[in-house]
Amino acid sequence: MSRFFDSDIWWSFKHSPVTVVAAVLALLCIFGALLAPIIAPHNPYDLAQISLLDSNLPPMWIASGKAEFPLGTDQQGRDILSTIMYGSRISLLVAVCAVLMSIVVGVGLGLLAGYVGGRVDSIIMRIADIQLTFPAILVALLISGIARQFVPRDMQDSLALYVIIFSIGITLWPHYARTVRSSTLVEKSKEYVQAARVIGVSQTKIMFKHVLPNVLGPVLVIATLNIANAIISEATLSFLGVGMPPTQPSLGTLISEGQNYLFSGEWWITVFPGIALIVMVVSVNLVGDWLRDALNPKLR
Amino acid sequence: MTTPFVQLKNVSKTFDVSAPWLNRVIERKPQSFLHAVSDLSFDIQRGETLALVGESGCGKSTVARLIVGLYASSTGSVMIDGQDMRIALTSNNEAARALRRKVQMIFQDPYASLNPRWRVADIVAEPIRTHRLIPDGAALDKRVAKLLGYVKLTAKDGEKYPHQFSGGQRQRISIARALASNPEFLICDDPTSALDVSVQAQVLNLMKDLQREMGLTYLFISHNLQVVHHIADRVGVMYLGRVVEIGDKKEVFGAPQHPYTRMLLDAIPDLHMTGKARTPVAGEVPNPLNPPSGCAFNPRCPRKFEPCDKTRPELVNIHGRQVACFAATSAQNSATETVMTLS
Repeated sequence: MSRFFDSDIWWSFKHSPVTVVAAVLALLCIFGALLAPIIAPHNPYDLAQISLLDSNLPPMWIASGKAEFPLGTDQQGRDILSTIMYGSRISLLVAVCAVLMSIVVGVGLGLLAGYVGGRVDSIIMRIADIQLTFPAILVALLISGIARQFVPRDMQDSLALYVIIFSIGITLWPHYARTVRSSTLVEKSKEYVQAARVIGVSQTKIMFKHVLPNVLGPVLVIATLNIANAIISEATLSFLGVGMPPTQPSLGTLISEGQNYLFSGEWWITVFPGIALIVMVVSVNLVGDWLRDALNPKLR
Repeated sequence: MTTPFVQLKNVSKTFDVSAPWLNRVIERKPQSFLHAVSDLSFDIQRGETLALVGESGCGKSTVARLIVGLYASSTGSVMIDGQDMRIALTSNNEAARALRRKVQMIFQDPYASLNPRWRVADIVAEPIRTHRLIPDGAALDKRVAKLLGYVKLTAKDGEKYPHQFSGGQRQRISIARALASNPEFLICDDPTSALDVSVQAQVLNLMKDLQREMGLTYLFISHNLQVVHHIADRVGVMYLGRVVEIGDKKEVFGAPQHPYTRMLLDAIPDLHMTGKARTPVAGEVPNPLNPPSGCAFNPRCPRKFEPCDKTRPELVNIHGRQVACFAATSAQNSATETVMTLS
């Protein structure tokens, strides 16, 4: 541990105040989400705890608000702060898993396309191109729609999480494949790869031990951007009714539910989940940006 | 005489540089081929340094990559210590591994030839690990430290990353890596071109010392004649994928027979000649996609005469070296005739 605190990365982290603030916010979001069942003031999905008498309460600093519900309640009397914490749990889970899946698929295929080249390259990249001509959300809709047909009706709710992770993950892989392929093409022609070939290192080893570490830099940055994209995709899918079921609402579901009440004056139902989403996305992004610079040995 | 350690026989390398099939069909373009190296034959004796010189694009680096097995030759064969380099490319048996271990390469650009994300110790240890020469552990660390010592670096430098070193130091790391598998033959693809003059001398002297200590054989590729003069025993001059003159360094540099060699030597800047105009090498290198007929050098040659643009001269033994030039051969012939008529 002391080695970490002596390292260049920790030094550059300490000397970047923006990153420190962003990291603190990101950690707050992540801990709030992960520890929701323990630290949330209410359990909004426990019917015994909610009361319709508390419905549509404004945030506590407005005259008619109650201190018990700091950010107000929705039309069913659920505490907004608690729903945000439970919701971001699902949003984060979906986004992180979808991005991880797309990284594995995209980096793998991109590396293969760039390194092997020729027909393999053409086939992989044409598939990526074709997929990119469709809006990502349409692809996700299509895939989750098709996947639903194969899942038995009584298991749909329990498998919804996996279906949505898969359908969002599939929409994201071409970004990684393209980036990784183009950096692989650059790295492949560098002399250190030729040196490894002269030494007699096997092609797979060159691919994974020499080329892969050198093409991962941009992947990290895209991954953080894509976590934001994935959260938004998930929200859209949930809004369209093919995402998370109402029994497990995500941040996106909360925003889209809340917007029904915007015009009747209950702005807090949609605005607070929205702010939570922005804080989460921006802070994760800033941390990713810093990480890109910190991990680049040439900038150290 | 024993068989030479390295033997190239009629080696050619052709690259297909045609447009994609669809464009060729639609635009009715023919297929085009680049003859990077044509019909190249030379030998290198054990412990000797052969230098190949020539302008950019004459195929020097292609020769290096052919010998080391990065490219497969289109025709001809590369034999190293009696074994065809082709087996190192195609098979993965014990003989192929042993052959690969024997031949190593030092690259031109020290900034690109070391993986930026690997520690120097891992870079130097890579050939050892790949060929499983020494198991991981204290023995390997010791070997790496010794290799770094050969190139005047310390064991502590092994902990650093390549970007923490200067160009000359990186090139020395490159040499340490090349030595790691106990090679017998090193191919140096212009290893000093990216370095300062002062550092060049340092690297060249190091290479000479290592050659003496370990009995290495070098193929040294360069465009810098002074560097070549410093390190080589024999010199081959290449022009457009062919050797035009090859022989002992003293012979070739002392009394160049091919007009191209003469032009290259005349173009060297010299401190004693400050103020005087030097003779530049006239003209441009012709397009290798469409080389001139006959002798490839004929459009630039000051001694061009009758057969030069019709037939290609072959390498002929003259004055203790081989030259491919009609002018040189006929001068030799007329000289012998004069001698004969006089006697």
